[in-house]
Amino acid sequence: MFAYLVKRVFQAIAVMFVISVIGFAIQGNLGDPLRELVGQSVSEETRQQLRDELGLNDSFMTQYLRFAGNALQGDLGTSYFFKEPALDVILKKLPATLELVMGATIIIIGLSVPLGVYTAIKPDSILSRIIMGLSIIGISIPVFLTAIMMIYVFSVEYGWFPSYGRGDTVPVFGYWETNFATADGWMHIILPSFALASIMLPLFIRLIRSEMMEVLQSEYVKFAKAKGINPRRIYFLHALKNTLLPVITVGGVQIGTMVAYTILTETVFQWPGMGFMFLEAVNRVDTPLIVAYLIVVGFIFVVTNTIVDLIYGLVNPTVNIARMGA
Amino acid sequence: MSLLSVRDLTVKFAMRENTVTALNGISFDLAKGERLGIVGESGAGKSITGFALMNLLSRPGYIDHGEIMFEGEDVVSMNDKQLRNMRGNRMAMIFQDPMVTLNPVLTIGQQMIETLMAHRKLSREEARKIAIVKLREVYIPSPEERLDQYPHELSGGMRQRIIIAIALLLDPQLIIADEPTTALDVTIQADIMELLLELCQSNQVGLILITHDLGVVSQMTERTLVMYAGRIIEAGRTREIINDPQHPYTQGLINALPQQTLPGHRLKQIPGNMPSLTNIPQGCPFNPRCEYATDLCRTRIPEISHFGEVEVACHEVQRLQSNDARREAKA
Repeated sequence: MFAYLVKRVFQAIAVMFVISVIGFAIQGNLGDPLRELVGQSVSEETRQQLRDELGLNDSFMTQYLRFAGNALQGDLGTSYFFKEPALDVILKKLPATLELVMGATIIIIGLSVPLGVYTAIKPDSILSRIIMGLSIIGISIPVFLTAIMMIYVFSVEYGWFPSYGRGDTVPVFGYWETNFATADGWMHIILPSFALASIMLPLFIRLIRSEMMEVLQSEYVKFAKAKGINPRRIYFLHALKNTLLPVITVGGVQIGTMVAYTILTETVFQWPGMGFMFLEAVNRVDTPLIVAYLIVVGFIFVVTNTIVDLIYGLVNPTVNIARMGA
Repeated sequence: MSLLSVRDLTVKFAMRENTVTALNGISFDLAKGERLGIVGESGAGKSITGFALMNLLSRPGYIDHGEIMFEGEDVVSMNDKQLRNMRGNRMAMIFQDPMVTLNPVLTIGQQMIETLMAHRKLSREEARKIAIVKLREVYIPSPEERLDQYPHELSGGMRQRIIIAIALLLDPQLIIADEPTTALDVTIQADIMELLLELCQSNQVGLILITHDLGVVSQMTERTLVMYAGRIIEAGRTREIINDPQHPYTQGLINALPQQTLPGHRLKQIPGNMPSLTNIPQGCPFNPRCEYATDLCRTRIPEISHFGEVEVACHEVQRLQSNDARREAKA
């Protein structure tokens, strides 16, 4: 177990290294940091002097090592716009984004498993056909369009849900502001969560359905039937457990991807998370903030994938974590 | 009264364009504790017969008509609940490939205990005890530990023993074994067959052994059915069928055994292939491969009828017999 953990952590570090190189390379090539700092009224001489002071004339390697060293100490540079450490800016926005992802994940898990299983067991029923048809539509429509349509229908026409913002939030664990503590917070997070889930949910329904249909054809399901086992037990224990193994792997990657999808959802719903912040940072050419965002999202991606791999090992008996990597 | 009595069992497959008949009016009986072999080439309908007896055909296959009387009840007309009560309890099945028969994510214990608890009111501990007893019966070493292991931790031979133990868990009247050793090592095949024979004999369990191995049939069974293209073409006591086959197809099968050829000579074979079910020739389905075929064979399907000790479906069997007699007289 320990050896496997160490191996996975080393892999994660390698991935983070690549992300940091890419992030840093962007920083060096995305506009002139000096222009952002001092504007145009400063003479060329002063500029050169400032460049030297800031270390911008050093070699790429030296600059990268300085950047990586600072990053390891939690210093990802200072945002030009907020005049604050970039990491602090992001961490302030992080809870909003993570709660949105959490909301979407709950919707995806809660709906995709029963719907996927149902459509696999009864592939010819009318309801299954409707679900499969809707899922194609869901996959095909871009998130921002789904979001706008949802706002139009549920906020503008019916007025059931608010159309923007986080509403009433309550601080927990110090700085973390949560939506899940007040009714108003719940109302605000429902639409954005569904919008964010709108692509992944159909994808997961289809994934679970096809995996389940394959498993239902397997010899061990036939054998379970030949043993006289109750069909409900066959579906929800024998078949579902085997179905979910590949789904877990894909799911881990998708949670990371969803963090990236929040850029669109947050923008449409004016959700004060880091996706919305990222788009603003791009508009303001706030390079340190952009780079910090990339690295934080990369970090979340790597961490979720590592955790999912560990969970997979625990669920799948044929992966023996204790012996792996030894 | 016989344990199992099958009459005119016909299985069809609903394909996209047409319906294919995979089993064509199969009839046979099995007495309590009797062991019956079903032999034939791949595609003859052996496995389909096995699954049909359990009423466990998966789509698009279905029982078109016929009767399967098992312990006085018709399996064909049973509802789901009755079928569930019968399967694994009174009639059990052993599958072909032990590597894929057990569920990879459930422990051996879970898979055994659930079978017991599906049919009997038992506590988990009681079921566990029975499972251990049954694992001992199939010579699994340290059965207590095996119960907590997953299938992938065990060898193929060990898994097939466990599958046999699962089949025997509820002391069924009939076990259907669908080529139980084809996926196993040759050295283990004999062990498994011996075990199966021993258990069936000592518990008075009826056995239907589906195989293409005539050697196995002769060791294991008392009676044999020979199938070809979804029909029974020869049936009778195993000894008679092996020693004195009547149908040209059965003769071909037996001549094809390596023991029937002198060392250094080419092995004999039956020319051609089994026809596909969508394209069964007119008349006797075997006629294109049969050296004795006549015009009658090419036009009319032979009925199965008694001939001496066995039942045969062949127009020419009488002539063949006299040929043999003449040949023997000459020699």
